[in-house]
Amino acid sequence: MNIFVIMKRTFDTEEKIVIENGKISEEGVEFIINPYDEYAIEEAIQLRDDHGGEVTVVSIGSEEVEKELRTALAMGADKAVLINNEELDESDQYTTTALLAAYFEDKEYDIILGGNVSNDNSTGQIGPRLAEKMGIPYVTTITKLDIDGSTATIERDVEGDVEIVEAQLPLLVTAQQGLNEPRYPSLPGIMKAKKKPLEEIDYDELDIDEDEIGAKTETLERYLPPKKEAGKVLEGEVDNQVQELVKLLRQEAKVI
Amino acid sequence: MAKKVLVIAESRENELRNVSFEAIAAGKEIAAGGEVIAAIAGENVSALTDSLFHYGADRVIKAENEKLSTYTSDGYGQVFLQIINSIEPDAILFPHTSMGKDVAPKLASKLDAGLISDATAIELDGEDIVFTRPIYSGKAFEKKKVKSGVILATIRPNNISALEKDESRSGEVFSEEVEIKDLRTIVKEVVRKSTSGVDLSEAKVIVAGGRGVKSEDGFEPLQELADVLGAAVGASRGACDADYCDYSLQIGQTGKVVTPDLYIACGISGAIQHLAGMSNSKVIVAINKDPEANIFNVADYGIVGDLFEVVPLLTQEFKKVLQTN
Repeated sequence: MNIFVIMKRTFDTEEKIVIENGKISEEGVEFIINPYDEYAIEEAIQLRDDHGGEVTVVSIGSEEVEKELRTALAMGADKAVLINNEELDESDQYTTTALLAAYFEDKEYDIILGGNVSNDNSTGQIGPRLAEKMGIPYVTTITKLDIDGSTATIERDVEGDVEIVEAQLPLLVTAQQGLNEPRYPSLPGIMKAKKKPLEEIDYDELDIDEDEIGAKTETLERYLPPKKEAGKVLEGEVDNQVQELVKLLRQEAKVI
Repeated sequence: MAKKVLVIAESRENELRNVSFEAIAAGKEIAAGGEVIAAIAGENVSALTDSLFHYGADRVIKAENEKLSTYTSDGYGQVFLQIINSIEPDAILFPHTSMGKDVAPKLASKLDAGLISDATAIELDGEDIVFTRPIYSGKAFEKKKVKSGVILATIRPNNISALEKDESRSGEVFSEEVEIKDLRTIVKEVVRKSTSGVDLSEAKVIVAGGRGVKSEDGFEPLQELADVLGAAVGASRGACDADYCDYSLQIGQTGKVVTPDLYIACGISGAIQHLAGMSNSKVIVAINKDPEANIFNVADYGIVGDLFEVVPLLTQEFKKVLQTN
């Protein structure tokens, strides 16, 4: 089975956001594999262990993404590919999709997995956009995946309800929390990862027309939300506090 | 310049979701005097078209087919694409819901268009339509526009106010004949798990529990309070990881990002990842035993105390005052 994972490097969820000259500052920031993509990597490894084949993890970004790709290899992926876009002026979900679609053009794949959303830009667009561009079906926010022959039986989270969906391979799926428990890389895993293939491709080596893949959207401004002031901690007997709270919510905040 | 705006409406259990009306209001703003066309797809949606007019649609297109009884990206994608091709809108708005998140990028890809996901506000700047959206799960915001071509955006529930309902408004309903073919994904079954029927992303009030609820049963008093307030129940990652509740309830940087009018945090310490998911709520109440808990730094009102004592009292008090009204 040819299994691919599309992965993004993102800020650690602990990080506070600092804006400098209109951009999000990356100074001193810890990076991680986007948490939803970790579920995708774990699922891919389990699929390979059950069905045989190979797991290739693909990412787009600067050379620094090698660190997260090595982590994916240490978890158990077989190969990693970095599409270096450092020289690319502007990029949005349209651009990213075009690069990935160009990469997959000459590949054989049975299933492509990704996170359902990244924890930085959180658009959740790449999975469906890519599947559409490649002409394959997709299922988003999956919490369970079983493959039998060329049929996938999937559970997906739909705003708290569960949909049981059937689809044929080749297929693209995006992972929701609850799909699995991603493993930590083991020490032997980390040692082995150093020797696993990590291919770097410059984006302009792909079969693309650079004039055709420019961003369709533009960011005009970034800003931090106004800082919330600490509110009122109520005092007195619990009964009185509760009565006062209900009064405040109705008369001062007017939300009930 | 006046624009033609298509708004994709959505129903749940045979009722239009409120975000449909919010998207129509957003559409009115973008249309700037132009036409707002609402489209609704489903197995049987004829009863829903009146309200789309009441909330501001100028024209309504309905697409009915038994194959549209549950959402699939192929089925709904075909229908919406057919409607888009026939009316050629300048902008298309979707609700930022499970359906909108799934189908909007597919259509954007098909149309080679820019899509702005999860918009919380819209403003016009000359000819530009500028969308505000949260990034880093609400730790920051960005303003964005589509550079050229058709504009696609998904609208986050609970942020843009719907127009006042005007029952005197009406209009013509067009029926789009659709032939649904080649469904590559088949929904075999839908298992309803959301208990109260109040969806987290659209809820006006959320009662959320953290590690402090201590067990699955510990969520019961929270559910009782939620029932009285018509609220949805949510949870922190801590509560989900400890198996007190399902991951579908999780609010935070991983999990759902919510912006209700009222968020009642019970036994939640307030880790930065949780705050990212809820700190843009309009009013926040914190109930926690630990007076040093971080959640008090973002709360408008706090009660230092045991949630198992405070929450049932709160339920009783709300019952009392809501009944006398």
